[in-house]
Amino acid sequence: MGYSSVRGGMDAIEHAEALIAAQVTDSDHPVALPQVTDHVELLLDQVMGEGGVYDLDLGALAVKQAEGDPIEAGFLLRAYRTTLPRVGYSFPSSGRQMRILRRVSSAFRDIPGGQVLGRTRDYTQRLLDFALRDTPPKTLAPAGDLDALPSGAAPEEFPLVIDTLRADGLMHEAPRRTSDDEPFDVTREPLRFPSTRAARLQVLARGETGAMLSLAYAGMRGYGGAHGYIAELRYGDLPVQISHPITGGPVRIGWVPVTECYQVVGGDEGAQHTHDGTEDHEHVQGENPEYVVSYGIVVGRNERKAISMSILDGSLKKTTKSGAAIEDEEYVMYHIDSIEAMGFVEHLKLPHYVDFVASVHRTSKVRELVAAARRG
Amino acid sequence: MVSATGVRALIDERGAEFEGYTFGFLDDMAKREIRRTILKAVAIPGHQVPFGSREMPIARGWGTGGLQITLACVGADDTIKVIDQGDDASVNAVNLRRLIAKTTGARETLTTGEATLIQSRHRIPEERMTAAQILILQVPIPEPLRHVERSVASARAMHAEADYARMWLALYEDVVRNGEVTAGAGYPVMVNGRFVMAPSPIPRWDIPKLNQADTLFLFGAGREKRIYAVPPFTNVQPLEFDDYPFEIEAFPNMSCRRCGATDSYLVTSPQADGGTLSVCSDTSYCDDVLAGRKVENQW
Ligand SMILES: [Zn+2]
Repeated sequence: MGYSSVRGGMDAIEHAEALIAAQVTDSDHPVALPQVTDHVELLLDQVMGEGGVYDLDLGALAVKQAEGDPIEAGFLLRAYRTTLPRVGYSFPSSGRQMRILRRVSSAFRDIPGGQVLGRTRDYTQRLLDFALRDTPPKTLAPAGDLDALPSGAAPEEFPLVIDTLRADGLMHEAPRRTSDDEPFDVTREPLRFPSTRAARLQVLARGETGAMLSLAYAGMRGYGGAHGYIAELRYGDLPVQISHPITGGPVRIGWVPVTECYQVVGGDEGAQHTHDGTEDHEHVQGENPEYVVSYGIVVGRNERKAISMSILDGSLKKTTKSGAAIEDEEYVMYHIDSIEAMGFVEHLKLPHYVDFVASVHRTSKVRELVAAARRG
Repeated sequence: MVSATGVRALIDERGAEFEGYTFGFLDDMAKREIRRTILKAVAIPGHQVPFGSREMPIARGWGTGGLQITLACVGADDTIKVIDQGDDASVNAVNLRRLIAKTTGARETLTTGEATLIQSRHRIPEERMTAAQILILQVPIPEPLRHVERSVASARAMHAEADYARMWLALYEDVVRNGEVTAGAGYPVMVNGRFVMAPSPIPRWDIPKLNQADTLFLFGAGREKRIYAVPPFTNVQPLEFDDYPFEIEAFPNMSCRRCGATDSYLVTSPQADGGTLSVCSDTSYCDDVLAGRKVENQW
C-alpha cells in the first residue's frame, strides 16, 4: 500500500537514514569540517544567519550533514539552538565600533574614513577558472590577516555615513532608546501585529536570502519598493559585549562578523516614511521633506541579503501604502522564513488520503446535483 | 510528571543517546509555558491561544504543534500512540512516536484502548475514547477564517467580536454556486456557542465525535504558534443551514476488505487490475474487528 501504510514504517525509515548517512560519509575523500569553514564560507554564513546560531564548527557540521542544502542545514542549527538555555543578552553594539573589512558608499564619491573595497566579486569577470580544478595545497592565511587594512591606515572608529546627513539636518537624530529593555525574542514569543521594531528586524535578519531577494526585486520593479540610495554598505566584525558578572561593567567576549546596509530614502518619498517603524517618531506628510534610513544587517558576508533587507525594511515603514504585498508586515514576515516555509510546502508529501476521500465524497455529491439538474 | 530519579533511571538505561537532551526534549520553561497555554485553552473552548512555539527537530507542518503538546503532557508512566490518517505505521507517525519514546521512555502502543495520550493527524479514532485519555490533534491551519480573511490581526478581531458574518456568507455562496457546502475535511465548527474553530483536517465523519465527548481534545499548530482545546462535555456543532443540514461521508454497500467492517471510515486505493481496494483508515480498529474484539465505537 505504498510508503504510508506499509506496516514496516520503522524499517523503511531506518533504510532511508542509512542511505543519507552513506551519502555524507562514504567517500575516498570525506569532507572535513575545516574545508567547509575555509572554502565554503558564504554558504556557511548564510546557514548560520538563517539558522540563528553563530558557531563555525556547528555550522560546518550542519552543512556537511545536510549535503550542502542551506535550508536543511539552517534547520539543523535551529533545532539545536532551541534546546539551549537563554543565559543573557549582550549590550547593543554600534556600527561605529565595527572592525571594518569592507565599506562602500554609492551615495557619495568620498566618505569620511574612506571607501574600502575589500573582498568582493563585484568587479571580477565571471569566467570559470579551470586552473582551480586541481590546486596544490597552500596554507591559508587567517582571514583577518588577508583582509586587514595596512597597519596605521585604519582609524579606531569609522563614522557612519548617515551621521553626515544628520549633521547637515537632512535626517532626524537617532531615536533615544533605553538599552536595559529585554528585547522581544521571536524564537520565544509568537508574532503580534503590528509588530515591534525588534521583532521585525529579527525576522528579517533570520529570513531566507533567496526569498528576500525575490521580494526586494519585485519591490524595485514597482511592486511597493522604497527607492533609495546606499549610503553605506559595510562588512566587518562587531564587538559582543556583556555585563561583567562581578563589576557589572561592559566586557567584550568576542566579535561577530556582519554585513550592514544603510539605505537612505529621501525627498518626497522620504516624507512618506515613518522615521523608525511603528514605535518612534512619525514623519507627517507635508512636513519638511527629509531623508530616512532603511536598514539591513546580516550575520557574516551576505551583501545580497543585507541590501534586500534594507529594501524590505523601507517598504514596511511606508505610511502611505500602495497596496503592494511587500508593504504588508504579515505578508513579508510570515513568508520569508525558509524553515517554516519549507516545512509547510514539503508537508504535502505526507499522506492525505483520509482528506482526499472526504474531498471525493463532496465532489461526487455536487456532481450528482449537477446531473440531476441537467435531467431536469 | 516524571521524578528526578525517573530521569536518572532513563539515562542509565538508555545511555548517551538520551543524555544530550532533557526529559521530553523541550526545556522545562518551554514545557511550563505550553502547559499554561493548554490551561488557558481549556478555559476558553475553541479560542486560539498564541504561544512561543519552539523550533523542533521535526519540520514545521509535520506535527510540531501536536508534538509540543504531547511532550509537555507526557510522563514516564504514560502510554503513547501516534497515528497519521488513522495509521500507526505511517512513516511520519513512526518517526514522531520514536522521538517521544526516546526522549521520555513512555511506553508505546498501537492499540487505541491502551493509550493514555494519542497524537493524531487528520483522524479521531473509531473507538470511543474515555475521560482518562487525551487526543492531541496536529493542526496545519488553525484559523477557520483564513480563507475569508487572510490577515491574522483582522481575523483575531473578528473572533473577539464574534463577527462571523463573512464565514456564513462564504458558506451561503458555496451553496448558491455548488448546491452544497463543499468543505470536506476540516469542516468548520462552532464551539460552546462562541468560537468558530478549525477542527484540523479530520473528515466530516469525525466531526460529531467532538460534541459532548468524554475526552479532552487538544489542538496544536506549531508553525502558526497556536494551541486550542475542546474540553469534555462541550457543545461542538458544525456550521450548517436549516435547509442544508451537515452530513457525514457515507460508504453505501462498502466494507473493509481486510476486516469486513461496515461501520468505519474507509480509504480507497487504486489497484493494478483497475479495481479499487477499500480498507479501514483506523488500523487499530481494523485489528480489533479482525480479531473479533468488541470495541465501543459509538461516540
Ligand atoms: Zn478494517
